[in-house]
Formats: sequence, structure tokens, C-alpha cells
Amino acid sequence: MIATHLLSLSIWLPIAGAIVVLASASERNPGMARVVALITALLGFLVTLPLYIGFDTSTSAMQFVEQTPWIPQFNINYFLGVDGISVLFVLLNSFITILVVLAGWKVIERKVAQYMAAFLIMSGLMNGIFCALDAALFYVFFEASLIPMYIIIGVWGGPNRVYAAFKFFLYTLAGSLLMLIAMLYLFLQSGGSFNILDWQAQPLDLSTQTLLFFAFLIAFAVKVPMWPVHTWLPDAHVEAPTGGSVVLAAIMLKLGAYGFLRFSLPILPDASHALSGMMIGLSLTAVIYIGFVALVQGDMKKLVAYSSVSHMGFVTLGFFIFNQIGMEGALVQMISHGFVSGAMFLCIGVMYDRMHSRQIADYGGVVNSMPKFAALFLLFSMANAGLPATSGFVGEFMVVLGAVKYNFWTGFAAATTLVVGAAYTLWMYKRVAFGAVSNQHVAKLADLDQREFLILGLLALCVLGMGLYPFPFTDVMHASVDHLLKQVAASKL
Amino acid sequence: MNFVMPDFYPAAAEIFLLAMACAILLIDLLLPPAQRWVIALLTMTTLVGCAIITFFTIDGQVVLTFSNMYVDDMLGDFLKLLVYLSVAVMLVYSRGYLAVRGLNKSEFYLLVLFATLGMMVMISASHFVSLYLGLELLSLSLYALVALDRDSARATEAAMKYFVLGAMASGLLLYGMSMIYGATGTLEIGGVAQAIYHGVANKTVLIFGLVFLVSGLAFKLGVAPFHMWIPDVYHGAPTPITLFIGSAPKLAAFAMSLRLLVYGLIELAGEWQLMLMMLAVLSIALGNLAAIAQTNLKRMLAYSAISHMGFMLLGLLSGVVGGDRHFALNAYSSAMYYTVSYVLMSLGAFGMILLLSRAGHEAENLDDFKGLNQRSPWFAAVMGIMMFSMAGVPFFIGFWAKFSVLLAVVDTGQVWLAVVAVFFSLIGAYYYLRVVKLMYADAPEDAAPIQGSLDMRLLLSANGLAVVLLGLFPEELMRQCALILLRSL
Repeated sequence: MIATHLLSLSIWLPIAGAIVVLASASERNPGMARVVALITALLGFLVTLPLYIGFDTSTSAMQFVEQTPWIPQFNINYFLGVDGISVLFVLLNSFITILVVLAGWKVIERKVAQYMAAFLIMSGLMNGIFCALDAALFYVFFEASLIPMYIIIGVWGGPNRVYAAFKFFLYTLAGSLLMLIAMLYLFLQSGGSFNILDWQAQPLDLSTQTLLFFAFLIAFAVKVPMWPVHTWLPDAHVEAPTGGSVVLAAIMLKLGAYGFLRFSLPILPDASHALSGMMIGLSLTAVIYIGFVALVQGDMKKLVAYSSVSHMGFVTLGFFIFNQIGMEGALVQMISHGFVSGAMFLCIGVMYDRMHSRQIADYGGVVNSMPKFAALFLLFSMANAGLPATSGFVGEFMVVLGAVKYNFWTGFAAATTLVVGAAYTLWMYKRVAFGAVSNQHVAKLADLDQREFLILGLLALCVLGMGLYPFPFTDVMHASVDHLLKQVAASKL
Repeated sequence: MNFVMPDFYPAAAEIFLLAMACAILLIDLLLPPAQRWVIALLTMTTLVGCAIITFFTIDGQVVLTFSNMYVDDMLGDFLKLLVYLSVAVMLVYSRGYLAVRGLNKSEFYLLVLFATLGMMVMISASHFVSLYLGLELLSLSLYALVALDRDSARATEAAMKYFVLGAMASGLLLYGMSMIYGATGTLEIGGVAQAIYHGVANKTVLIFGLVFLVSGLAFKLGVAPFHMWIPDVYHGAPTPITLFIGSAPKLAAFAMSLRLLVYGLIELAGEWQLMLMMLAVLSIALGNLAAIAQTNLKRMLAYSAISHMGFMLLGLLSGVVGGDRHFALNAYSSAMYYTVSYVLMSLGAFGMILLLSRAGHEAENLDDFKGLNQRSPWFAAVMGIMMFSMAGVPFFIGFWAKFSVLLAVVDTGQVWLAVVAVFFSLIGAYYYLRVVKLMYADAPEDAAPIQGSLDMRLLLSANGLAVVLLGLFPEELMRQCALILLRSL
């Protein structure tokens, strides 16, 4: 029973846990909510482990498949399955959820149960997005995940949270509604099927493909986010509570990139090829231009937000150069970015909890008062800049390699990020951590407590582990990436 | 001329309701005012009785009676059951509100019963005259209900507006019917269809009549540009009456549109679909844009009703493409599904206003919902569910309603229409989200505890859960809608 419904469990267990959290905890007894949420998050991660252990790396076929009719009238099925691409994100998501619950342990004092429940529900919904093989099911999860995030930003966010929450919701909804129409169109074209695998085999002419490509592009580009529709992200990040920023950066941004892999590339291969120049251009703009934008930010969260946009530009670049190393590099980059950006936001959260400021100018000399923290923060900053031996390097290097293979100047342009990225991250680090203690608030800072050390330490292990030995990740995705590239190469005309 | 005794059996529920209404009228004379609750109980009993009668006479046959003026089919039975349900829910929601304001008069219950009878006749009409009779019975009861609180200037004004405009719309409808009668020589809806099919009708006169007919329908549905009465009446009427107008009559108006346009005038689909398209696009645009500017929740929901009815029309206008009718079943059942789900959401949203209202305080402004999450997390969640569902976000029923309508629209190849519709529902999402924001992100202005009787709280909770559950498992209701139309078309 459990073995055949692992994916369902990974989706519905956190959601059921969230209901328990809401039902069991009162405002007077927030401890209960925290404990139940942590147990749920741990269990949620536990049920995803067999997915990795039992995963057959030799095949690109969908595994752990579950299929039952859901709405037979429209031939919508509750159809779940993972391949080498999505299984990693299910694991990542369930792992990050634990950290998020821990990160909000002390900081969140208002409406604890609702806070925890919102994150657990979101975790379940995002697992649903990665597992869904039925487009309608995918869409339902995709859009439903907006609700908890909207509430997280709107309720526990910063001073300008309402604006950010609206912007986040409406931007994303705008994109996804067009995708809905594209999906309905594909449903009719394919003779009444919402099965994504059927769609991948469906012949389509080039003009149709192009229109559908743009409809999907808007949805996914907003979510990634790609330049020029990235402007919601800095606002959302700055206003969101730490946990919200972590989930947003580590998981939510991956949904858009994942959408490209699941929909745009295999279903619309000819349009993807025809428009790859545009996609590469947009990606490089994000990588370079947004990198410079990040350089001038005075707000740390905003800086990391822009650096996320820049890093995600690398991911989309890796997809649209259509070679194995580029695509795998992009996937590694997605996972690495999940760890690194999550860790960066947690580090900023650690400082914000003590100083209630995210301005770089308010800091200086943090290393003197918080040595343990400064060491870990340095590691994550280095990873963000793509230093070898950290996970950040692996992905970026592979994508640059792939890009050079595709076209030297593309690779050259992409490689500038190694300079720009190092510049904005390390400069920020220098201004925050090094130098003399700038003011008495910094002097009074307390170093990491055990809980914070545990969270950041776990992430540090992931970052280093993945940087030194990335094969556990790349082995899993190999067959699926291979298969995907074959699908993209085969014309549907 | 010999008189044939009609078959009363298919109209048993209506006859029962009428008999009960007359009985209640008499009982009311004998009751001392302190025992008003008996009237409420009897009204509820009547509805339950009607439901039992209707439910146990469902047989899947299409039976015509009263000289083909009246039809008993699955569509009618299904919609009538939903009407009883939503009227009963309305009665439970409004009891406390009316009692506190001294509006708990027997007239209220009687008028509601007569309005229900009107809706039932409308739903089952297969003849222009019976349709008109039902419509007028409903409308006149509603005019009076809006003015129930006769000391309120706002309510009286609303009733007056409603009456004047409603009478004009009835006139339009009647004029259209007479034109069609002139062209086809019959008042029977089935006969009209036959006459047009055989080509004996004068097309010019028909189209002329059709325009008036559609205008009348548009008024009753409350779609732009015939929507002027909606915001004022929704705003001015006592909230239980707003709840009433915003729920069950939508079902009846849907049935009326289906009977007239699809059963009677399907041959002219090319013409009326174009008209409905204009009405739909205008309503969706205007409803969603105007709702943003509202600070009064009842007014906001009024504009939202306009846009929802516009969305419903999108389903209705996707049935026939260039004479090809194989889309019809999906299209009409999506419109029906949309109407049913809208009624469910509308009940919940107005129910929340009633729940928050108390003596001397109408919780009808958006600001009254500020910080609701701190006052009652559960009911904030219920209202949140209603708002997200109306905005069309999954996993709520409102999403599947929009989904099935959009599918029907895309199926006919009118992708641009679907794009317009989603563009404006995106704008619409803003004002629904604003309500959620007020409840969750703001501090309460009003710290009074939530009152409301236990039955109301339970029912409202069930209403919220229904929106979620029907969103998680939409299959059954969707299938029923399709099945019923399949058996009735």
C-alpha cells in the first residue's frame, strides 16, 4: 500500500499534517503546532527517501506511477509519476520544508499554526506539481500553490507585504491563465487527453507550436523568472518572511524551469528550436544585466533575489542550447541554487532576526561578533559566486562548457557571470562581515544558536557534498535527460 | 370543444407548494405574533415536502401536461431541487438577521414561497405564457421582498428601481414573444422550434423578436448592458434578500434562457450566439472592472455577479458552430455547472455578511472584514474559500466551473474569446484577493465576537466545505449536469 502510493503520500501527508496542525494548536499553545509541523515535515521527507533509493537510473520511463481516473468526463486522471528530473525536486522540496519549519521555530510568534500549516500545504502542492503527469492535475497544483504563498507573504511579511503579495499573485496568475488555454487547446488537439506523455507524441505544425510555446513561455518565464518579467521577485523576496523567501527561491523558481522541461521542450520541439535564439538572448540578458543590477543593491535580500534571477538565467540557457552537458548542468544548477539561495536567505534571516535590518550599510565587522555564522555565510557566499568545490561551481561550469560547445561567444558571455557573480556576492560579504565593527548593535550580536547552526550546517554539508561529488545527482538524471534531448531533436512537423 | 382533464401529477410539487402557501396564509391569521416561528417551520416543511415530491417523481421521462404548457423533465427536477436547497439555506442564514431587525414577518416567508413557486413554474415552462407567468410571480415577489424593510429609504428606492426596470424588461420579453408568435403562429416553445425548422416563419420578424427576447433575458440574468439594477438592488435590499436574489433566481433564469434559446430558437443559434457574445464580453469586462472600485461588499459582489453571469453566457454561446451541434451538450452542461457552482459560492459569500452582521451593524463594507482571521480563523477561511473559488483558483469548485466553460469555448475554436475571458478574470482576481488580504493581513476594526446561531454556523461551514469538496471531486456534479441535459434536450 505505502510502497505503491509513495508519491501520493509525499503530496498528501504534508497537507494532512497541516490540517492536524490547524486543528490541534491554539494561539496560546504554539509549541504544539511547531512540534506537529516538524514531525510532519520529517515524515514527509522520510516518505520521499524510498523514491531515491528505489529509483531505477537505467531508464527514462516514469517510475512509481499511480493512475486513477479523476474526472472521466474530461478524461482527467490522477496520474503521478517521476523521472530522473522530477524525483530530485521532490526530494529537495521535502528536505527544504524541514529547514523552513525549523527556521520559523522561534521567529514566528504570531499565528504559528497557520504559518506552519501554510508551508506544509505548499510543500505538498509543490510535490504535486513535480509528480503530476496529467496536465490538468499539474495546472491545479501549479495554481493552488499560489494561495499559501500569497498568505505567507501577506501575513508574515515586511512593511510593504501587501503590495508584494498582490504583485506575486497577479503576475503568476497572469502567466498561468494563458497556459490554461494552451492546455485546453492541446487537450482538444490530442483528441481528448490531458496526459502529458500523449502530448509529447502529438504532431503539431510549426505555427501552432509557436503560439503554444509563447503561451507556455509566459507562464514559465514569470515563474523562473526570466528577464524582463522578473520584477515581482525582488519585491516578493524582500517582503516575505525568511521561510517564504527560502521556499520561493529554493523551490518555487524551479517550477518554471521544470515546466520548460516537461512541456515546452518535449511537446513543442520545433518551436523550441526555432525560438532558441530568443531564449538564449533572454537568458544571457538575465545572467549579465541582472548580475550588474545585483551589484548595486543596498538591501541584502534584494541582492540575493537579483542573483537568483541571474542564476536562473543560467538554467534556461542550459536548456536551450540542447546538449547533454548543458542540460545536466542546468539541472545541477537548479538543485544547487535550491541549497545555496535557500542558505543565503537563511543567513540573511539570521542577521535580520537580531538587527531587524537588511541593509548592507547597517552591518560591518559581523565576523568579530559572530565567527561561526561568518564562516558558514562565507561558504554560502562562495558557493553563490561559483567557487570550485562548492555545488555552485558544478552547474555553472557544466552550462558554460555546454554553451561553448554550442557557440563560443555564447559561452564567453555566460562565463562573465563568474566574474560578476563573484563581484556582487563577495563585495556584499566583505561589507557585511569584514572590517572593523561598525556600530554597537553589531558588537552585541549573538552567534548562532544550536538550531540555527543545525539548519545552516546541514545546508553546508549539501553544498560541499554536491560540489565535491555530484554524481549521486547526475546519475539519476542521466537517462531522463538523454531521452528528453532525443525528444527535442525529433521534429514533429 | 371538449375539455380534457390535464395530468396534474407532473406538477405535484408546485401544487403542494401553492396549497401550503395558502394554508400558511390562513394559519398566520390565527397565530399570535409570539408564535411566528411556526410560520418559519411550516415554510421549511413545505420546502422539504416539495423536495421529497420532486425527488421521488424523477423518472427520466419528458412529460408535457396542461396542454403542452408545462414540462416535467430531468432538467426541471434537478434545478428545482437546487432551488429548494438554496431557498432553505437562505432561510437558515437570514433568520437571525431578520429577527434582530424586526423583519421576521410572515410576509417574508410567504413571499419567499411564492417566489419559489414562480421559479418552479419558470423552470418547467414549455410555453411562452407559462414562462411569463412564472417570471412575473417571481419578479413581483422579489420587488416586494426588496422593500420588506419599508422604513429604509435605501431599500424602498432599490425596490422602486427594480420594479420600474424589471417591468420594462418584462415588457421587452413579452414584446419579443409576441413577435415570435406573429412569425410562427404558436406560443409553445416546441412548436416555435418546429415552425422555424420547417421554414414557415418570417425570418425578419423572428430576428426582431429575438432581439427583444434576448434583451429581456439579459435583464433578468443581470448582464451588461442591462445590469444597471443589479448593484443598486443588491446594495439596497436587506442582505437576506440580496442573498435570495443572488442565488436561486439565477438557476431559474438559466432555465429560462435554456428553454427559450435552446429549446425554442436553436435554429437561430447563429444570431443569438453573437448577441450573447457581446453581452458576455461586456459583462465580464464591466463587472470585473467596476468591482475593483467598490468599497461595499454587497456592491462588489453585485458586480462580481454580473461578470459571473457573463462567464456563464460563454458556455451558452458555444453550443453551435456553423450549424454543427455536436458541441452543444458540453457547452450547455458547462453553463449549467457554472450556474450551480456560482449559486453555491454566492450563498456562502452573502452568508458571511449575514454572519458578521448584528443588531445595529451591517457588516457590508469591505472594512468590516478586516482582521477576521483574528476574530475567527475558521470563518475567515470559509470566506477565503469563497473568494478564491470565485476568482477561479483550484482546488475549489469555481475553478472547475471556469475550466469547463473555457473548454467549451476553446472547443468551438474561439480561442480569442477565452483569452479575453481569462484576461478579465485576472483583473477580477484582484478584488477577491483584496478581501482575503483584509481578513488576513489587517488588524480588526471591530472586535465583537462572531454571533450567529449554531445551525447557521454549521450550515455556513458545510457550505464552505462543499466548495472545497466539490473542487476536489468535481466529477459527480459535472457528470450529473451533462447527464441531465442529455436526457432533457
